[in-house]
Amino acid sequence: MAANDYNSVMARKNEIMKKAVGIDYAQFSTGQVGFDYERMMSEVGYKLDEIVKIQSETAVGKTPFIELKNISKLARKLAPSGKGARIFLKDEAANPSGSYKARRASVSVYHADKEGYPGVVAATSGNYGAAVASQAVMRNLETIIVQEVFDSCGVGQPEILEKGRKCEAYGSEVLQLSVGPELFYTFLRVLEDTGYFNASLYTPFGIAGVEPLGYEIVEELQEREGKNPDVVIITHAGGGNLTGTSRGLIKAGADQTKIVAASVDLSGLHMASDHDFNRKSFTTGHTGFGVPFATWPDRADVPLNAARALRYMDEYVTVKQGEVFYITEALAQIEGMERGPAGNTSLAAAFDLAQKMNEDQIIVVQETEYTGAGKHPMAQLNFAKENGIEVKNGDPDQEEAGKSVIIPEHPSQIKARDVDLEKLKRSYLRKVFEETKVEVIEKVDLEFLADEIKKSKVETKEILEKEFDLQVAGG
Amino acid sequence: MGEIIKAGSWVQIYRVVLPAGERAPQVPEDTQKVPLELKVKGFLKEGAELGDEVEIVTVIGRNHKGELIKANPPYEHKFGKMIPELLQVGPQIREILREEEV
Ligand SMILES: Cc1ncc(COP(=O)(O)O)c(C=O)c1O
Repeated sequence: MAANDYNSVMARKNEIMKKAVGIDYAQFSTGQVGFDYERMMSEVGYKLDEIVKIQSETAVGKTPFIELKNISKLARKLAPSGKGARIFLKDEAANPSGSYKARRASVSVYHADKEGYPGVVAATSGNYGAAVASQAVMRNLETIIVQEVFDSCGVGQPEILEKGRKCEAYGSEVLQLSVGPELFYTFLRVLEDTGYFNASLYTPFGIAGVEPLGYEIVEELQEREGKNPDVVIITHAGGGNLTGTSRGLIKAGADQTKIVAASVDLSGLHMASDHDFNRKSFTTGHTGFGVPFATWPDRADVPLNAARALRYMDEYVTVKQGEVFYITEALAQIEGMERGPAGNTSLAAAFDLAQKMNEDQIIVVQETEYTGAGKHPMAQLNFAKENGIEVKNGDPDQEEAGKSVIIPEHPSQIKARDVDLEKLKRSYLRKVFEETKVEVIEKVDLEFLADEIKKSKVETKEILEKEFDLQVAGG
Repeated sequence: MGEIIKAGSWVQIYRVVLPAGERAPQVPEDTQKVPLELKVKGFLKEGAELGDEVEIVTVIGRNHKGELIKANPPYEHKFGKMIPELLQVGPQIREILREEEV
């Protein structure tokens, strides 16, 4: 029998993964640093029309598309004259499990069923677990969810506890773990023990499953307003939400739409720290995932991550925790929609961005998520107070993650703060060269890297030569 | 002597997955000092007391061993107290919306 200590199991990682997702990733590599992303997406994934059919079988997608008239009006009142774009919202909470993650789970679960796997496993603390569990119920498969839940005192974030409850509500076995990245170790052991399918968030199945979200936005806006969105703003963590939505927008012809990523600013908190674990009021949609996943997507639980946010992002902004709670309250109070806070991250940022756009422009917030006990501003702010976080009204610029949550005194204080995307692109490149130790960049490598950072080959070549002292043979 | 929890009861068990000192090299110092712990729920196979080493079968029929820590484990997350810092938001923005256009 194989040894089950940490290092032995990690050493079997590739073998376990290959069985559990059934994808031979090696076939897609090209050149010295890259792989053929589009070929992987088209050969492994499903086509858009197939996905729409798969999703219609399990009630996924076709969610309501709503103009937020009062929030748009409020933004316009605070904006200079002539400014204040109309804000539209895709109500993804209407998916069967209460978030856009149902789209992501649907194709994986369909594929697992088709390939004859007896069940599915997912490693997630979040909405994705509930999505996999719900989709698996509809296709008569068993589910195991591996969840990071509590700190060394046994205390869990209310938001995570709620998401765990929801997985159990759909009849899945939930393995609840304490803080630490070795969740992955437990996950591998479960895959090995059960032979279940790895419903990873980061396979082509998961990402392609989100494409209809972007597609639906364009279709609906075209039908109503006869135009494409000027901006689509997307809550960003691991990058699948942004990647899938953007690909769908492009497939629907909206290739001029500006793609903005938005995350909650949790800078200063360490994601694998037992101490910091319960000092954050957001468990997804935050910079603790958003920055590392953008700059190094292949840190995921599959060898090649299909979620590659830097390929699609035009801008990246952050908002404070207190601002997201404010806008969550506003969505309930003046739009009559009570939704979960993490899903409103991009709405908080859109509220500020709309004030800088022209009146005749349209910004689309592409999701909401369900709310309930635990996953609600009240639950999360009470928990913050119990953990010694100061909660007060004031200027959100003063908020310090892990120490305070500052609810704006006035809506004009809500701000989308720019992240330096150029810097993130450089840190992605640095990581590539650290990992591969390549010295001469060939033509295929240059093409791959240019796509990865959404720049032309000429611009990319210049960066590689001037800033990284590399020799570029192609281009 | 503790109370006997009957076979077939819905319970939660606990076990250490990786003891402190055997954790992944990349975890921060505070996390290195504590074990990686696991909790899971299921039906108790044989009657036992809290603290006993037991075996359970989960809702999907898998077996797990560990220390019995809870009988009929509750969900304890809730909404809790009203948050005064958020109470002003509704009235404030409705007031702004009502203000006359200038
Ligand atoms: C409701 C909701 N919105 C947004 C996100 C972010 O998606 P991604 O991790 O693909 O960036 C998540 C994922 O955790 C989510 O659950």
